[in-house]
Amino acid sequence: MTKPSFALSLALLATLTLALAALSVLAGKVWFSPADAWAALVTGAPDLGGVIVRELRAPRAMLAMLVGAALGLSGAALQGLLRNPLAEPGVLGVSTGASLGAVLALYYGVSGSFALALPLAGLIGAAATTALVVALAARGGAIALILAGAAVSSFGGALVALALNLAPSPWAATEIMVWLMGSLADRSWSHVALAAPFVLAGSVVLLGAGRSLDALSLGEATAESLGVKLSTLRLQIVGGAALAVGAATAVSGAIGFVGLVAGHLVRPLAGHVPSRVLPLAALAGAALVLAADIGVRLIPFGPEMKLGVVTALVGAPFFLLLILRARRTLS
Amino acid sequence: MSALAAEALTVVVEERTLLDRVTLSVMPGEMLAVLGPNGAGKSTLLAALAGLRVPTSGHVTLNGRTLETCRPRDLAAARAYLPQNGALDWPLTVERVVALGRLPLAGLWGEATAQVDEAVDRALDAMDARGLRGRIATTLSGGELARVLLARAIVAEPTVLIADEPLAGLDPRHQLDALARLKRMADDGRAVVLALHDLDLAARFATRVVLLSQGKRIADGSPAETLTPGRIAEAFAVRATVGADADGPWVRLVS
Repeated sequence: MTKPSFALSLALLATLTLALAALSVLAGKVWFSPADAWAALVTGAPDLGGVIVRELRAPRAMLAMLVGAALGLSGAALQGLLRNPLAEPGVLGVSTGASLGAVLALYYGVSGSFALALPLAGLIGAAATTALVVALAARGGAIALILAGAAVSSFGGALVALALNLAPSPWAATEIMVWLMGSLADRSWSHVALAAPFVLAGSVVLLGAGRSLDALSLGEATAESLGVKLSTLRLQIVGGAALAVGAATAVSGAIGFVGLVAGHLVRPLAGHVPSRVLPLAALAGAALVLAADIGVRLIPFGPEMKLGVVTALVGAPFFLLLILRARRTLS
Repeated sequence: MSALAAEALTVVVEERTLLDRVTLSVMPGEMLAVLGPNGAGKSTLLAALAGLRVPTSGHVTLNGRTLETCRPRDLAAARAYLPQNGALDWPLTVERVVALGRLPLAGLWGEATAQVDEAVDRALDAMDARGLRGRIATTLSGGELARVLLARAIVAEPTVLIADEPLAGLDPRHQLDALARLKRMADDGRAVVLALHDLDLAARFATRVVLLSQGKRIADGSPAETLTPGRIAEAFAVRATVGADADGPWVRLVS
């Protein structure tokens, strides 16, 4: 009964994502016709257009998909794990950790020492905060995880603010600010190569948790009685989300709200079944970030808007709507 | 052979003894009611019997095997556990909710849809809830949801069913209905263990009663043997009169 509509939703969202990815390659200050872009991709023409398509647009579209899928999937998985519709990757402190790592690299000026120094520092920051959160929440339940994440996240945020405060020069401060806003501009295939393995590994881990999350929708006691080991499931989801979101944030900066929103957008399409929400949320996240990134390039006035700013601008009202709806059902 | 047995089960949490050397066994076809005042250790006992709580000492055997040697999947398939106040996070359909009970039987790629469908139909039929199949479970009334959660518990055809206060929140008609269904499951050869608060209903429906007080088993036997005014006063600190009529034994709480 729900099966055909789920398969259909999956196919439609996948098609939408691919269409947006194609549009992302074509759209921008310079527009390409599909034929030109195809020719540039296939033949590797050495002219300027070919270079723009191959070295700027294509990796940017690829990164948008990776980052969006990582955020959407992790957010939906965390909402299932914490049994809280307002959960998002930020609650674990992973994105703050990645930001802090990158900010420290910018602060100490090591970000320019080699091409991937900045995202690598972000990855290290994400790994360190996740380890800290997991250690703090060890043997505690979902609440312990949320509290540990919130504590580590706000401390990380304070350190980021401190770095801004003590920035050695206004340029360094601006550089940090700009990075914090999140963007996919001027990224290369090496960023894709850095993020992709982590995002893919994290996604596999998260998608593998689907059935346990289904059981968890009946409550922790019932899930345990059905053979789900809660401590393993927590580690699986925190680890998977940390891999995927840590890598995504490391290459793109903080992109807000996609992780919160994607799951909610697709939940009705999946009949609210968590294992079905996961793949749909990954696709929806990819589509959202692609769309926002195309939007950013097409806004005709002023300097290019930062992706994180646009997703937050669009996402915050949605968040508000969610809270209003939740308030109605809770009262 | 007993379907479920506990041997000197003790649970100590932060130097508080929640269960103190409780021994009991349940045969297939029996419906055992665990009774006792609030805080007597009923939920702890049921969780330990279900293998969800590791006892400080003592052990539980399920169909002759100690729980520690059972694979989690086998344990999950052999015994069903219905927690107090069953929750539901998302607005899932009734058939989804019930099908989740088949999880322990699913292989790597899940179970064949036709097989699951058939089992879901059978479980819903047993609960007279076939008509609810396509409904959204979060929109059901308390009585309907209780039936659906019971169907979820029996959909994998467990040999042992453990339910923690399955009557909580149900009106009298649905309480009687739920107990009659649980009794039928015992009559079908399952071992059913319930934590209950209603002494009168326990006297009527249970084949055996275990009385708990402060973590200790103070009585174990037929309702007539265990639910005496003396025992009730000892466990609950209330005065009760008991008797029997054509419908079976009854218990009236007096003061």
